[in-house]
Amino acid sequence: MIHFLVHDENDSCGVVVVEGIKAGETLTGWVMDQDKTIHVQVTQDIPIGHKLATKTLGEGDTVIKYGVDIGRVVAPIPVGAHLHVHNVKTKRW
Amino acid sequence: MDITKATFHGYVRENGRVGVRNHVVILPVDDLSNAASEAVANNIKGSLAIPHPYGRLQFGADLDLHFATLIGTGCNPNVAAVVVIGIEPGWTKRVVDGIAASGKPVEGFWIEGNGDIQTIASASHAAYRFVKHASTLRRVERPIQDLWVSTKCGESDTTSGCGSNPTVGDAFDKLYAAGCTLVFGETTELTGGEHLVAARCRTPEVRERFQFMFDRYQAIIDRHKTSDLSESQPTKGNIAGGLTTIEEKALGNIQKIGRKCMVDGVLDKAEVPTGPGLWFMDSSSAAAEMVTLCAASGYAVHFFPTGQGNVIGNPILPVIKLCANPKTVRTMPEHIDLDCSGLLRREQNLDQTGDALLDVMLRTANGELTAAELLGHREFVLTRLYESA
Repeated sequence: MIHFLVHDENDSCGVVVVEGIKAGETLTGWVMDQDKTIHVQVTQDIPIGHKLATKTLGEGDTVIKYGVDIGRVVAPIPVGAHLHVHNVKTKRW
Repeated sequence: MDITKATFHGYVRENGRVGVRNHVVILPVDDLSNAASEAVANNIKGSLAIPHPYGRLQFGADLDLHFATLIGTGCNPNVAAVVVIGIEPGWTKRVVDGIAASGKPVEGFWIEGNGDIQTIASASHAAYRFVKHASTLRRVERPIQDLWVSTKCGESDTTSGCGSNPTVGDAFDKLYAAGCTLVFGETTELTGGEHLVAARCRTPEVRERFQFMFDRYQAIIDRHKTSDLSESQPTKGNIAGGLTTIEEKALGNIQKIGRKCMVDGVLDKAEVPTGPGLWFMDSSSAAAEMVTLCAASGYAVHFFPTGQGNVIGNPILPVIKLCANPKTVRTMPEHIDLDCSGLLRREQNLDQTGDALLDVMLRTANGELTAAELLGHREFVLTRLYESA
């Protein structure tokens, strides 16, 4: 069963595509562009549609999704943590 | 599916364009004429009033856009005939003449010197004749190349970029290869991925025009912003659905133009394309504004992917909704025309969901009602460029 999707293997995050993911669960992810499977243990509850970090990210790092820059990290994000507006901001506007 | 040889049954209009609906529209020129327009539509069954709040003391480019949107709406091939009602004869005649140039039956009425009751009576007689006439028109078989298809997504979430938007992209790639006339837009919603769109422009001239439109809209954001636009673009709903930044939203949005389509030309708001291919239209990313502009540009069917469940429709342009978020499909099924959540479970691939969307498109073109039509969603929202005088 697929729990999360990753667009490209160079991305730093994946999208949870099932409901009810709880902290501590080990999830199976499908990396779509390379058609391969990875596993990540989540450290927090993550709602459907929300992202988990697939790499450890530090403040100031660039977040990659679709193989492209989607913003900057404003608070450290361990692997498996919830990645969203509380720790990532736009570089535009 | 080999869409290149597909056909649909539509209404051939006086100017050769083909529509998939047969509306008789009662079109107010201004806010003051909404009451009379709605009274006419109430009198004559089968006619449709499309009220709006503008049309007074506008000037310059904003007024030009007002007229272009009203005239374009009247000229849309999904419309059989138009009754125009304004407060005074001058601007009423301007809209009537613009629609008449398409060869379509149109008559104008004005309220000053007549009053609402006399205007409603006169306009109702015209609407009566037009609905009678429209009811005699028959659908005929036409090649798929006669179908103009627009797209814009709304209340997107991360599933939009994984499922529903790439499904539109697959369908657009197939329609593009067939020689159809397509459009996308949402200028600010390309921010962070604008270089990817620029790289898809057919010629340096098209790229330069696209970049001009993109930079023009960015200047508006820079002039008026009081924050990084979080909760506006991306919207509060986008964020609730898991989208974090405008860049992430844009990269999902751009999935709608597929992987093979080239951007053949650039349109200003409500401008009519001059040939087949994929057009970029400078436009707001607000759903009803953008879809209203697509209708004014002459598009006959619209693809609207959603994640969190935007419920938009349009008075004259059938809006087909598709969604890959299984929660939204479960909680709001009456709004969704195509469930493509199987993509997220690896039960379907994009070729399959793209074909499924083309099947819904053909059924809609042949007359099957969309969810938005069944639920009475007729959002008609005119884009304003600045304050009235």
